[in-house]
Amino acid sequence: MLKLERRPQASTAWTYATPLLAVLLTMIAGGLLFAALGKDPFVAIRTIFWDPLFSEFSSFYRPQLLVKGAPLVLIAIGLSFGFRAGIWNIGAEGQYIVGALCGAAVGLAFYPMEARWLILPLMVIAGALGGLLWAMIPGLLKVRFGTNEILVSLMLVYVAENLLAAMALGPLRNPEGMGFPGSRNLSQYESATTWIDRSAGMHWGVVAALIAVIGAYVIMARHILGFQIRLTGQSPRAAAFSGVNPARLVLVCLGTSGALAGLAGMFEVAGPAGQVSIDFNVGYGFTAIIVAFLGRLHPVGILLAGGLMALTYIGGEIAQNQLQLPAAAIQLFQGMLLFFLLAVDVLTHYRVRFQRAEHRPAAKPAAAPEAAE
Amino acid sequence: MTGTLLALEGLTKAYPGVVANEDVSFDIGRGEIHALLGENGAGKSTLVKTIYGLVKPDRGRMLLNGKPFEPAEPRAARAAGVAMVFQHFSLFDALTVAENIALGMEDPPKTRDLARRIREVSETYGLPLEPFRMVGDLSAGERQRVEIIRCLLQDPKLLIMDEPTSVLTPQEVKILFETLRKLSAEGTAILYISHKLEEIRALCETATILRLGRNVGTCDPRETSAREMAELMVGGTLHVPERETSEAGEILLRIEALSAPSPRAFGTALKDISLEVRRGEVLGIGGVAGNGQDELLAALSGEMRVKPGMILFEGKDVGPEGPNLRRALGLLAAPEERNGHAAAPEMSLTENAALTGTVREGLTRHGFFDWGKSRKFAQSVIERFDVRTPGPENTAMSLSGGNLQKFVIGREILQRPEVLVVNQPTWGVDASAAAAIRQALLDLAANGTAVVLISQDLDELMEISDRFAALNGGTLSPPRSARGLTVEEIGLMLGGAHDMEAAHV
Repeated sequence: MLKLERRPQASTAWTYATPLLAVLLTMIAGGLLFAALGKDPFVAIRTIFWDPLFSEFSSFYRPQLLVKGAPLVLIAIGLSFGFRAGIWNIGAEGQYIVGALCGAAVGLAFYPMEARWLILPLMVIAGALGGLLWAMIPGLLKVRFGTNEILVSLMLVYVAENLLAAMALGPLRNPEGMGFPGSRNLSQYESATTWIDRSAGMHWGVVAALIAVIGAYVIMARHILGFQIRLTGQSPRAAAFSGVNPARLVLVCLGTSGALAGLAGMFEVAGPAGQVSIDFNVGYGFTAIIVAFLGRLHPVGILLAGGLMALTYIGGEIAQNQLQLPAAAIQLFQGMLLFFLLAVDVLTHYRVRFQRAEHRPAAKPAAAPEAAE
Repeated sequence: MTGTLLALEGLTKAYPGVVANEDVSFDIGRGEIHALLGENGAGKSTLVKTIYGLVKPDRGRMLLNGKPFEPAEPRAARAAGVAMVFQHFSLFDALTVAENIALGMEDPPKTRDLARRIREVSETYGLPLEPFRMVGDLSAGERQRVEIIRCLLQDPKLLIMDEPTSVLTPQEVKILFETLRKLSAEGTAILYISHKLEEIRALCETATILRLGRNVGTCDPRETSAREMAELMVGGTLHVPERETSEAGEILLRIEALSAPSPRAFGTALKDISLEVRRGEVLGIGGVAGNGQDELLAALSGEMRVKPGMILFEGKDVGPEGPNLRRALGLLAAPEERNGHAAAPEMSLTENAALTGTVREGLTRHGFFDWGKSRKFAQSVIERFDVRTPGPENTAMSLSGGNLQKFVIGREILQRPEVLVVNQPTWGVDASAAAAIRQALLDLAANGTAVVLISQDLDELMEISDRFAALNGGTLSPPRSARGLTVEEIGLMLGGAHDMEAAHV
């Protein structure tokens, strides 16, 4: 008989080991899934995890890692603030879209003036503000009327998607685009592009993501805001006693995650994506939720998890092209990662004990990690 | 009616790093009222949980009526006739008494039949209780009655009671003792856990004393003085708090017509409370649990903002201000619940020191923590208040209740408060630590701090208060000089045993 016993203190070893274990289990379950689809599981796993980094075409794939990883890390860092305090912003995708729209709108308004020192910074500010204001909607509703931020932020994603379509077809449409939906290409507009070195995959979003990781680390470890966030997440009552203003914290956390998601959108639209188009958003805002948890809501962990998730994106595309794996199988694969992580998380807070039927006092406690499955 | 009901033989239970029980043996006779005494962490809880089937011993055995007794779970223990009333009640506020009792039964009878049985049992044992009232509306004493009746319906041979009187008025304690004596006379044995030595002397026939997990002696409490028992518990001589009489100075804290709704459902609203506390005095506020203590503390700590003009600190209106501004001025507080209120269980003691110490100890610079400084502050609390822990990097939840209590009280005291408000400062703390905390509060007052002591422990209130007021249903009685007050008078101020006549607060 299996028995879960609560650990007096969360196990540090398992905190670090569970993400690795989850990756391993995902590979096994994913391999079985691919085998069931009639593909060689080993080839499929190698294609996803190995080829982007070390195959003969890896010089083409490696820059993609930065391009895909940067928005994931940037958004996930923002989300981790709220998640640690028990404030659940599920609508980063919407904030990402609105940030992109605001940033692009500022850039397009200046077209074709050339003044990089002015236009790009203004776009950055507009992108951050756009995401922040979009996130303030669930924030203010929660603080003022006690609405559920999960539902409101999620529903606003669909509003943002329709806003995106309206903008791509209406005000932001390229006047010289012969009626096709979509804006001018910002990545070719010298003063607005976020690219630094296109062939290396370097754009300002990558820089921003790294700054965000370092900033988040310092804030969480040393700053009073990080302390208040952790305290609120662990014991809301102790936080109130300590003097944390819960309403303010909700707004700060939602605002931060919204601003970072908006930034990510703005860097994307004026760089890798290039233009405002109907299908601009590809789900970074949702995948970032997985990244945040896979990274244990810790900045360094999020950096690693963002890299891993970018890898599965690129490897997934290769697998689609070369092995004809369906796109849904890849998405399933990514989803499994979060599923297994949450499942094995039990091990950090509980000890698994193997118990025989009663009568004899149990002998040595058998901590059997493989028994978790 | 004589003979051994339950024999414990060499019970040993070790947890990683600590031996909770070591070779504990004693007998409980049929119909005997047996006290189990010991400091916090002495292993009382583990022992009782072993008997109740919640903990399995590593070694040793138990015999119930001469037959081996190895309950695998509480259900098995209950089936064998062992019942337990926990210190913390496990009742649902939004259900009626009868529904709550039915929830705990294997095979609950129809509500009407159950209600009849509840009435029968409650009349037989002098524990009046209306089966169809909402538990959320009951006083703490009445809730305890629900738990006791829930146990009695099982017809137990052994009733275990963990600190049962901490929530009762003196009059209610008297009634409870009558009930227990009646049960004992009918042959039910009672294992009675308490810190209150005078109660044990009044009630129990035998006392077993645990220290550091070992049985260090059995005595007849009726023939042993409270002091002797306390010294057996701590294994040394006991220090009794001494007070220097000091002249009360100017008014530091003034509460004027404080009224506020409770932030919680089933909480108690504060109604028109007025009082003033002077420099150098200890104002004791007594009352049975749930009569507005938590709300009063929240209003004073700043967790609950109140209207302007209701709370004045040195003449300055702090009613609408939050905790940190009040701390900056010198109005500090320590709430009753240590886990998750006064301290964050999963955080280290260093971080918990910063929980309230940030402002007065200057632990941040430009918003950034100086964790080294916080660690030093935590270390000084640990040393000054004898908190038993390997060091400040350990989490709050790794400490035993009494040790954590010493930490959270010490944390406020070391911040040199002008006014200190404490709620149940020695709740669940062993005798020697409780004496140390009370002494620290007296020292603080002697140095000019105004202390507001909210407590349910009357001995504590009598021991260190200069003036005494009672909280009852959210209203505060006018304070009286504590000198010369008798226990009966206090009991009447607390509302006596008013809920004995079906009527309620």
